Amino acid sequence: MSSPDPRPRGPDAAHDQRRAVMAVLARAQTADIARGLNAIGGDIDFTELRAPEVGLVMLRGRIGGDGAPFNAGEATVTRAAVQLASGEKGFGYALGRDRDKARLIALCDALWQREDKQPDLEALLLTPLRRRHDADRDKARAQTAATRVDFFTLVRGEDDR
Amino acid sequence: MYVAVKGGERAIENAHALLADVRRGDRAVPELTLDQIGHQLALGVDRVMCEGSLYDRELAALAIKQARGDLIEAIFLLRAYRTTLPRFGASVPIETGDMDIRRRVSATFKDLPGGQVLGPTFDYTHRLLDHTLAEGGDVPEPATAPGDDTKFRSVAELLAGSGLIENNSPAAEDVGDLTREPLSFPAGRDLRLQNLARGDEGFLLALAYSTQRGYGRNHPFAGEIRYGEVEIEFFAEDAGFAVPLGAIAVTECQMVNQFTGNADQPPRFTRGYGLSFGQSERKAMAMALVDRALRAAELGEETGAPAQDAEFVLSHSDNVQATGFVEHLKLPHYVDFQAELGLLRKLQAEFFARGTQADAESQMTALQDAAE
Repeated sequence: MSSPDPRPRGPDAAHDQRRAVMAVLARAQTADIARGLNAIGGDIDFTELRAPEVGLVMLRGRIGGDGAPFNAGEATVTRAAVQLASGEKGFGYALGRDRDKARLIALCDALWQREDKQPDLEALLLTPLRRRHDADRDKARAQTAATRVDFFTLVRGEDDR
Repeated sequence: MYVAVKGGERAIENAHALLADVRRGDRAVPELTLDQIGHQLALGVDRVMCEGSLYDRELAALAIKQARGDLIEAIFLLRAYRTTLPRFGASVPIETGDMDIRRRVSATFKDLPGGQVLGPTFDYTHRLLDHTLAEGGDVPEPATAPGDDTKFRSVAELLAGSGLIENNSPAAEDVGDLTREPLSFPAGRDLRLQNLARGDEGFLLALAYSTQRGYGRNHPFAGEIRYGEVEIEFFAEDAGFAVPLGAIAVTECQMVNQFTGNADQPPRFTRGYGLSFGQSERKAMAMALVDRALRAAELGEETGAPAQDAEFVLSHSDNVQATGFVEHLKLPHYVDFQAELGLLRKLQAEFFARGTQADAESQMTALQDAAE
């Protein structure tokens, strides 16, 4: 059904990991990301490579759901980029116009590239965010499942007596 | 022709202040918040995002508040806003097959993999006004049931497996973009779908209805309608890979239509496609019917109905353009009208001059007749 994306995804597992981290952060609330980072603590020395910027991304659908792409309409997106004093560059992208969120995601992406930071990020930030997201999603799915139609056919015709 | 008319500044200023006042209305009534609009008028927000062609719930809610609930005005506001922002690029195409489903129904097969889930729908309600809503009050938690991990496979996918339905080529050529280049004809299906996706729901609904009533009949079945969340990814040049942006809600409609075939191809069902932001089922269905109608010539069908005329449909579907042109009639046209008035007076003068002459001539004839 899905055709291969012509553009390169992660050339290595590190990119896939960063994508997975970004996916958790992109759907999280800004306050929750900030709380998680605070819990990790310690001063983070970083510079801004790209000040948070609000723009548009054209969202593409597929003709017939599985065919060639077409432009379905745009969405607001905010992006930011930071660099840690230790050199790692982090990028933040999220739907919407929340500048703080984009900067925080960029910061988390940069921190994630430091192996010494990964356990704390995982335990204090990502795991709680994932847990909350999964709980919300599971609830929505369970409510949806309760509206499943159970078809049955009524037997018509003469009763056997 | 428009001419600058001076002297209205004070009137305009006061009119806008009056607008702000009536927008707020009775101060004893609590003011609406964007959250209230976003959550409790969610389908209005969806429509504004759809036809405003901009996915941003908060902005759409703001636009609805500012427009006093006039959705076309709100759509106009959103379209104007988007022109102020830079474009970062285009997303990786959305995979609706991976949707986190909140509703999925099919009118063609009852036992689809994943089943039929109704989700939050007006279908099967009795359309009786619920007076208890006027009072407000607690709403009970909805029922839950254990989930089922079966993938919701689409009807198109199932029929395609057995060769009973046409395939779409996933080949990506240049993707046309109406926001960059004005529409020209003939328009490819990518441009047509972009146009319909932002087109006026009422206009598309009427056209879709016309095909059902016989003006370009294409024998549709609602193969599948699904609504839910899809993940968005964007190839970020700076990061060097496709980054996740979060999820949006969309509605997709797959129409399964009358078959076609020829000497080279066995007869197969054809398809019409609709995709809309949020939960916009009527829009997605109408879009799919009109998409299919616009393919009539390509599929060798008889053409001539309004919904099959791409130039007619695509040139009149945009309610921002339409309202701009219709509503501009109320702007001052004083000089135009003076010119018309002058011309009309001249024509009337000529008419009456001819009339007087004709009267005189006919009287003369009558006298002559009497004399003879």
